[in-house]
Amino acid sequence: MAGADATPTTPATLATHAALVAVFREEAGRLTSALLRMLGDFDVAEEIVQDALLVALERWPVEGIPERPGAWLLTVARHRALNQLSRDARYRAKLEQMGQMGQSILREPDDRLRLMFTCCHPALSRSAQVGLTLRAVCGFTTAEIAHAFLASEAAVAQRLVRARRKIVAANIPYRMPTGDELDERLGEVLAVLYLMFNEGYLSSSGVTPTRRDLAEDAAWLTVLVTRFLPGEPEPLGLLALMRLHLARAEARFTGAGELILLPKQDRSLWDRSMIAEGIALIEQAAALRRPGPYQVEAAIVACHAEAESWDTTDWRQIVVLYDLLLSMRPSPVVRLNRAVALRQVAGPEVALAEVNALSQELDHYHLFHAIRGELLLELSHREQARASALRALELTQNRAEQSLLARRLLEW
Amino acid sequence: MKYVFLFCGTQEAQRAWEEMSEEARSAQYAQVGRWFAEHSAKIGPGNQLQPPHTATTVRFQNNGEPLVHDGPFMEGKEIVGGYTEVNVADLDEVLRMAKTWPARGTIEIRPVMGVDQ
Repeated sequence: MAGADATPTTPATLATHAALVAVFREEAGRLTSALLRMLGDFDVAEEIVQDALLVALERWPVEGIPERPGAWLLTVARHRALNQLSRDARYRAKLEQMGQMGQSILREPDDRLRLMFTCCHPALSRSAQVGLTLRAVCGFTTAEIAHAFLASEAAVAQRLVRARRKIVAANIPYRMPTGDELDERLGEVLAVLYLMFNEGYLSSSGVTPTRRDLAEDAAWLTVLVTRFLPGEPEPLGLLALMRLHLARAEARFTGAGELILLPKQDRSLWDRSMIAEGIALIEQAAALRRPGPYQVEAAIVACHAEAESWDTTDWRQIVVLYDLLLSMRPSPVVRLNRAVALRQVAGPEVALAEVNALSQELDHYHLFHAIRGELLLELSHREQARASALRALELTQNRAEQSLLARRLLEW
Repeated sequence: MKYVFLFCGTQEAQRAWEEMSEEARSAQYAQVGRWFAEHSAKIGPGNQLQPPHTATTVRFQNNGEPLVHDGPFMEGKEIVGGYTEVNVADLDEVLRMAKTWPARGTIEIRPVMGVDQ
């Protein structure tokens, strides 16, 4: 486990880690799906791959990354499997077969998407879906998942063991959903990827380098899905959404790591080529003529990305897009965001009325109070505005948001 | 692979069922009957249960003594109304089946402990 949970600090170790991460990402999912295919047991296959990755984490930083890392990992995994399973009659023949097939089992067929559908099965809890996908498809270690979600390693490990056992005990199949099922199941996968992305994107502070960037891994997984399902527009929409968010990453923090919100961001820092890529993805998705919530969300972010300033943003278009989004996926959080756009079109009083209507549902959501506070201040209800900002501060765990709200309280 | 469906519902649903007209009730029985007929190849033993007020519970105390009391073991609003065994390939197949259950309510799906587990 050496180094598994350590956050690297020097550029040299960061570079090594970046190389390791790239290799793990490329190989872990292939290896897991190959073993799963051969052994037919998710629990065993996933655990063996994790063991192999931990061996690599100990040895590669010292010995260097092998020329054919996939083959190296396969060899370690096969040894592990032989040690652990050869006494079990159920696996003996399968292990022999695996030995004979050699490395070709890593490449053909590439069914990492099937693996993702299994990890994101609706019979598993969302947190288990996220954890399993990160481990089995992206090659995260348990320690890295714990670090990313600010949870204890023991708790994450226990959750994953339970989820893997459920896959086996309840016989969750290793198969691609087809027909009508594909839509629902793809929705699960995309929800997992979006949660992963948000967790990475929103929790990053801009100053501390972390060993693995969840947002980057989520985008990588989404690219994988778009490659496997080129006829599906929603994965393209989600990827566009991620690109458009990431394009603004540079402008989100001051040099000291203070959060800067959209109205005050220096738009010259936005990555124009990434914005262009995001917009091209939206167009590619639109050409498939099946609109969906991720495409609409991406279109909203694109409106911001294309605007020269907060004030000259096409707010009318954004309100229309929010209405469309609400018709597809009604949610109080979407209504809250719509209210922010409505403020620009119809003024703070109308927006505040909209926000107030959400007080029951969003009372525990910090951004509800933060936004309400801004509107109250604008309408000169200073005391109420401060109370709202304070409530928002109490409700967020995110350091950057905490410091932003604290500054606000000083200024208001 | 063997699973058990536990058909559950609320007390309100149970009351509504008891107060239903004879006609409406037999229409619902017919729907449920069709469902069982459609899936007969996959369905094992099972039964509808008498209402919860007929239940008797035996609960063993910490000292090992059995205590008998009137009523179902689950407190609150949920009621088990029946159960059936189902024999299918995997969880996806069993979920597809469960989603077509005509009598609504809630279905808990539990894999049955096999000999090799």
